[in-house]
Amino acid sequence: MEEYNISHLDALEAEAIHIFREVAAEFERPVILFSGGKDSILLVHLALKAFRPGKFPFPIMHVDTGHNFPEVINFRNNLVNKIGERLVVASVEEAIEKGIATQLPGVVSRNKLQSPTLVHAIEENKFDSCFGGGRRDEEKARAKERIYSHRDAFGGWDPKNQRPELWNLYNAKLAPDENMRIFPISNWTEMDVWQYIKREDIELPPIYFTHKRDVFERDGQLLPACEYLPLKSGEKVETRDVRFRTVGCMVVSGAVESRAETVDDIIAEVAAARISERGGRADDKGSEAAMEERKKEGYF
Amino acid sequence: MSDDYNTELLRFSTCGSVDDGKSTLIGRLLFDSKMLFDDQVEALENASKLGGEFNLANLTDGLKAEREQGITIDVAYRYFHTPKRKFIVADTPGHIQYTRNMVTGASTANLAIILIDARKGVIEQTRRHSFIASLLGIEHIAVAINKMDLEDYSEEVFNNIVSDYEKLSSNLDIKDITYIPMSALMGDNVVNKSKNMSWYEGPTMLHFLESVHINNDRNFENPRFPVQWVIRPRDDDYHDFRGFAGQVASGTFSVGDDIVALPSYKKSKIKQILIQDQELEVTYPPHSCTILLEDEIDVSRGDMIVKPSDLPLVEQEVEAMLCWMHERPLQLKKKYIIKHTTQSTQCMIRGLDYKVNISTLENEDADTLELNEIGYVKIKTARPLLFDDYRKNRQVGGFIIIDPGTNLTVAAGMLREPADFLQDDSDFVI
Repeated sequence: MEEYNISHLDALEAEAIHIFREVAAEFERPVILFSGGKDSILLVHLALKAFRPGKFPFPIMHVDTGHNFPEVINFRNNLVNKIGERLVVASVEEAIEKGIATQLPGVVSRNKLQSPTLVHAIEENKFDSCFGGGRRDEEKARAKERIYSHRDAFGGWDPKNQRPELWNLYNAKLAPDENMRIFPISNWTEMDVWQYIKREDIELPPIYFTHKRDVFERDGQLLPACEYLPLKSGEKVETRDVRFRTVGCMVVSGAVESRAETVDDIIAEVAAARISERGGRADDKGSEAAMEERKKEGYF
Repeated sequence: MSDDYNTELLRFSTCGSVDDGKSTLIGRLLFDSKMLFDDQVEALENASKLGGEFNLANLTDGLKAEREQGITIDVAYRYFHTPKRKFIVADTPGHIQYTRNMVTGASTANLAIILIDARKGVIEQTRRHSFIASLLGIEHIAVAINKMDLEDYSEEVFNNIVSDYEKLSSNLDIKDITYIPMSALMGDNVVNKSKNMSWYEGPTMLHFLESVHINNDRNFENPRFPVQWVIRPRDDDYHDFRGFAGQVASGTFSVGDDIVALPSYKKSKIKQILIQDQELEVTYPPHSCTILLEDEIDVSRGDMIVKPSDLPLVEQEVEAMLCWMHERPLQLKKKYIIKHTTQSTQCMIRGLDYKVNISTLENEDADTLELNEIGYVKIKTARPLLFDDYRKNRQVGGFIIIDPGTNLTVAAGMLREPADFLQDDSDFVI
C-alpha cells in the first residue's frame, strides 16, 4: 500500500476542502471572514482548491477595525484583484458612527467592537454561514468548539449545548436568523499552517517577516508605535527587528523580535518557540476565561 | 526539516472516567514531549497559586464550567507531534451520561486509549468504553493500566487486569489490543520508559502511538465517491467543464476506470482527476478531488460514483445500530432527517429490535431509546441510501439523524447489512 500514503498536510487539506464544498452545497449565503492574517489567507487558498476552475459561490468579508497595518490592506486588495472574487468590507468606524458599536471611554482596542460590527454585517447581508480561520490549538475554549459552530439569533455561542459532530457529517440546519460559524482548519496547528504555506508557496503580507519597526514595551509585550496607541509615561519607542505572529487589529498585535526572512526561518522559529501563538495578543491576557466570554458574545 | 512535511496523522480518542487520570495522561504526553509553551506552563502555575496544585490536567479542562466542577463535559481536541507523527487527540469524558461524547470522539479515531485504574481493574465503564470503541470500528486499542505507582508497580496486578480484559474483549470486535502499565502522574511508561517496572518489555505509550501501523485502516477495497458539488464554470475558458467534486470515501479510482453513477446506474469512464490544476493518475481516501467523466451523464449532489465490479447496497429499508444523543427519546414512526454521505433525506424509524445494556453488554427488549442508549433499529428512508456495512466501510456506513422540529442532531448510526445476506467470512470459520 506504499503508494497510497497520505501526509498529515494532505489529510488536513482534504478535510478542509470537503468542508468548503459541504457548506457551499448546504447553506444559502456563506461568506469567508478575512482578516489579512495567515489563517484567513490559507482559507482563501483552500477555497481555490475546492472550487476552481469555478468561481467561489460566496464573497469574502473583511471586518475592518480602522486600526490596520497598511501593508495588510494592500495585500488584501491585491489578493482579491488577482483571484477575481468579490470583497465586502464591514467597517468598525462606520458601526461606531451609526451607534451599532459603542466604545467604552478610555479603551483603545477595537477588538470588542468587532463582535457587534460582525453581527450587524451578517444580518445586513443575510449571511447564514461564515468561514473563519479559527484553530483548536490556539486556545482552550476553541479546543471544544465544533467545525460547524452554531450561533443563536443574537450571535451567541452556547458551549454546553453544542451539536455532536461525527465522522465527516455536519448538521447544517438553521432556524431563521441563526448563523453557523465554520472552521475548516480547526484541526491544523500553527506548525501545520506554516508547513503548508511553505509547501504551497502561499504569499503573505510582509509584516509576517522581519522588518525594522518602531515599537514600545507594555505589559511584557512589544506593541507597534502608531497614532492609535498614545504612550503612557515611562514608555519609550525604539526601532527593533521584529515580525508579527498574528495580524489582528494593530493595537493588540504584539510583535516578536525576529530576524526570520523566509518561511523556512519562521518554521525553525516556531519549532523552537517558547510562547504560544495567542500568548502575544493583549486581548486574551485578561483572564483565563477571556476567550470563552468573548465567544459567547459573538466574537469569532 | 523536510521529513516534517511527510509525517502521518494519527487520530486517537481517550476514554476514562473522572478520576482515571485521563487529562493527566494527555497533559503528561504534552509535557514530556515538550509540546508546552512557556505561557501555558505559566498559566498552570498561576492557576496553582490560586489554591490548586501544579496540575497537568488543567491543560485540557478547557471550559470555565468544567474547571469549576473538576470534570470534562465535552469532547476537546488536542494536538501534538513528535518527529515521527502528528497526533489529534479527541479527549472525551467518561461518565455514563456522556456516551454521546465518547461516540463522537471515537467516530474519527484510528485508535482508542482505554484507561483502567490499577486499583479498580476492569469495571463497568471499561466495558462501556470498549464496547463503544468496537462499535465505532476503532481498529487499535491501547489499554493503559494507570496508577501502577499506587499498586507498588506490581506485575501480578497488571497480569490479572490483562487477563480480565481479554475475557471482556473476546466478546467484542477489536482487531489489535496492546496493554501498557503506566503512571501518568509519575511519568512511568508514558513518554519515558519506567524504571519501576523492569518486568515490562513492551512499548511506552508514546512509542506505541508513534509506531502502530495505521495505513491499512483505510478501506482501499470498495470504490465509493459521494458527489458533493458540481463544478461548472460556464465561462469562455472552461466552456464544457463539468467536474464532480467530492472526497473519496473508500477504494481507489484511476484515469480510464469504468464507473457507474448511482442511483441512475448510468455508465462512463474517468477522463481526468484533478485537485485544482494538479492532475492525478489515481485517487484514494481521503483525497478531496474533482472527477471528470468521458460522457455527459447526469450526476448531482447526493449521487455516488462507484465501479461496476463492486456496487454498494441500494436500499430504502435499512438496519442499523443507533446511538441516541438527545434528551427527548426516540419516537418510532416520527419523521426525522437522515444525513448519510452527501445525501439528506427523510426517514422514519420503524422498529427497535433491542437495546444494548452497555454495562453488561446484553441485549434487552425496549420500546424506545433514551439519551445515551444504543439499540438495533429498522429504518425506512424516503430515497434509497447508497451504503456499505459500517464494519466494512466506516465512511459509507455511518449516518446522523436530525430532528426537523429542533434542527438538532439527535442520533448517530452505523448501518448493518441485513443478516440474511451478510457474507462475513467469520461466519464460516469453525
